[in-house]
Amino acid sequence: MSLDVNERNDSGSRQSEGGDRAQYGVCAFLALLGVLVIVDATGIAHSTSSTDPIGPRTVPMLLGVLLLVIALVYVVDVARGGRAEPESGEDVDLTNAIDWRTVLLLIGAFVVNAVLIEPLGWVISGALLFWGTAFALGNRHYVRNLAIAVSLSLITFYAFAIGLGVNLPAGVLQGIL
Amino acid sequence: MDNLNHLLEGFAHVATPMNLLLALIGVTIGTAVGVLPGIGPAMTVALLLPVTYGMEPTQAFIMFAGIFYGGMYGGSTTSILLNTPGESSSVVTAIEGNKMAKTGRAAQALATAAIGSFVAGTIGTLLLVFVAPLVVEFAVSLGAPDYFALMLLSFVAVTAVLGSSRIRGFASLLVGLVIGIVGIDSVSGQQRLTFGVPQLADGIDVVVVAVGIFAVGEALWVAAHLRRKPAGVIPVGVPWMGREDWKRSWKPWLRGAAFGFPFGAMPAGGAEIPTFLSYATEKKLTKHPEQFGKGAIEGVAGPEAANNASAAGTLVPMLAIGLPTNATAAVMLAAFQSYGIQPGPLLFERESGLVWALIASLFIGNLLLLLLNLPLAPAWARLLRIPRPYLYAGIVFFASMGAYAVNAQPLDLFLLLTLGLIGFAMRRFGLPVLPLIIGVILGPRAELQGRRSLQLSGGELSGLLGGPVSYVIYTVIVLVLAWPLVRRYIARPLVERRA
Repeated sequence: MSLDVNERNDSGSRQSEGGDRAQYGVCAFLALLGVLVIVDATGIAHSTSSTDPIGPRTVPMLLGVLLLVIALVYVVDVARGGRAEPESGEDVDLTNAIDWRTVLLLIGAFVVNAVLIEPLGWVISGALLFWGTAFALGNRHYVRNLAIAVSLSLITFYAFAIGLGVNLPAGVLQGIL
Repeated sequence: MDNLNHLLEGFAHVATPMNLLLALIGVTIGTAVGVLPGIGPAMTVALLLPVTYGMEPTQAFIMFAGIFYGGMYGGSTTSILLNTPGESSSVVTAIEGNKMAKTGRAAQALATAAIGSFVAGTIGTLLLVFVAPLVVEFAVSLGAPDYFALMLLSFVAVTAVLGSSRIRGFASLLVGLVIGIVGIDSVSGQQRLTFGVPQLADGIDVVVVAVGIFAVGEALWVAAHLRRKPAGVIPVGVPWMGREDWKRSWKPWLRGAAFGFPFGAMPAGGAEIPTFLSYATEKKLTKHPEQFGKGAIEGVAGPEAANNASAAGTLVPMLAIGLPTNATAAVMLAAFQSYGIQPGPLLFERESGLVWALIASLFIGNLLLLLLNLPLAPAWARLLRIPRPYLYAGIVFFASMGAYAVNAQPLDLFLLLTLGLIGFAMRRFGLPVLPLIIGVILGPRAELQGRRSLQLSGGELSGLLGGPVSYVIYTVIVLVLAWPLVRRYIARPLVERRA
């Protein structure tokens, strides 16, 4: 595995000098999260009593401080060249850079579903989600995918919402389904 | 003998046509989803949680037992036929199993995996019957400080022992703990990190967290690095074994079961260590050392048995103490909680019928799995050919459905996406996922137990040191934390002396 990483760096990747810089972003995220937790905790009305000597504030404060500490340690680790391997997998090809177009398209499909699920209902929004994700991942059989997406969302709606009583909205198709 | 009576009652409870049908459905969809590449047992269980919504708790858990063992089993098919372990505990199976498949012995590899899983799963579940009540007896005697110490131990164990980097493990744990405190504080009733959003007052549902991190995170990660060519699947017939294969398999099955169960029951024990131990042992004991690395059947039989026995072992601390030791158990714990059931020592007393029905259905699920898998292996293998866009579109589709169904609020879908992006970043930067999940689930309970301990002592910190049990646990924690330092100072003089 480490061999792979070396090979990739040798082949002129941007990461070859000074380790994986993007990791500083993780440190920044951890530090920001720490500050957020501390700020939120200071806003909690602090009440300690004999039945609760710790109060609701102590644990978030502790967590916030620990987050700042770990962010700092992380920065030191990254500066010293520390890095961890990205997760590999069967359908994952780590030799290419991240394909942001696909990722953003997928996020788009996801957001469309989240926004439309209540007004239009699961059958429509879920079908759009499936179709959009398949499209984002590079499948171009538009009509076939639409057929699969619609039947999948109809089947799940009937099986779960009507069959098992799971909460799925009917939306505009209320009364038709 | 009391246990056996309970178990028989459990069997009587499960053995209705309806319940057996549910067990069969559970095993079938568990295997089907588990076989799909990229979906490990934890994600299988998380994705299939909504299937059990709207069922009685007992029925839901009967189905769940099937999903659990089915999902565990499905991974071995993927490893053998595709050389792609879905998770680290299947790595060893992939090493030897795929080599066997390539030399035309896929049928034997699948058979020894299936039968070995059945043997080890049955032994493991039997051990569960006898060990769990003993652990319950012990757990009843524990006080709040002991529980607090125990939870600290699992935090330290999952972050420090697993994964290559402790810093990244602790970062993951802390993020999980922060997600865990969102919502109304259970002691004082104050809102924390809710930012005035009323839907956040109940906290972020563990199902949403698990599905977001596992399923959506995985889908985004794969989208970013999708392999554009289809994977090569090795054709397979119906699994069978010759006399020689049986002779070479039965001992590894038993030894694998012996390795797997205790590790499954330990915090951070997991299934990886016993599978590797089993592999190393078989390699040492075999009469055919020349075949190792080229497709030795012992190298599939032992590790697969260890894998399944550890799954049964995982249920001991999960049911008896309420302590999940791996991601799959953590999701199962979330499933219990969604029914308002709190695993722990009182579970065996309060929900006796439920627990023993669950354990009985583990035996039944295991048997069904064997009956289902030997003849149907070619059908499962066909699932490996699903085009990847459909596979991941399906994952995102079912993940969204499940997350929405928990509370019926679109906000959960945005939370799901946010958590998916966190999961994506964690995969990119090599942060382990398990500490986050354990943090979300155990964090609030650790805080509760810690505050309860301090209530009893009137705020004195000494209240956290309960009795002998917590002394022992804190000693273990210090040892685990100090281990790299200790190793450095002990290992170095040894090396120098040798030089």
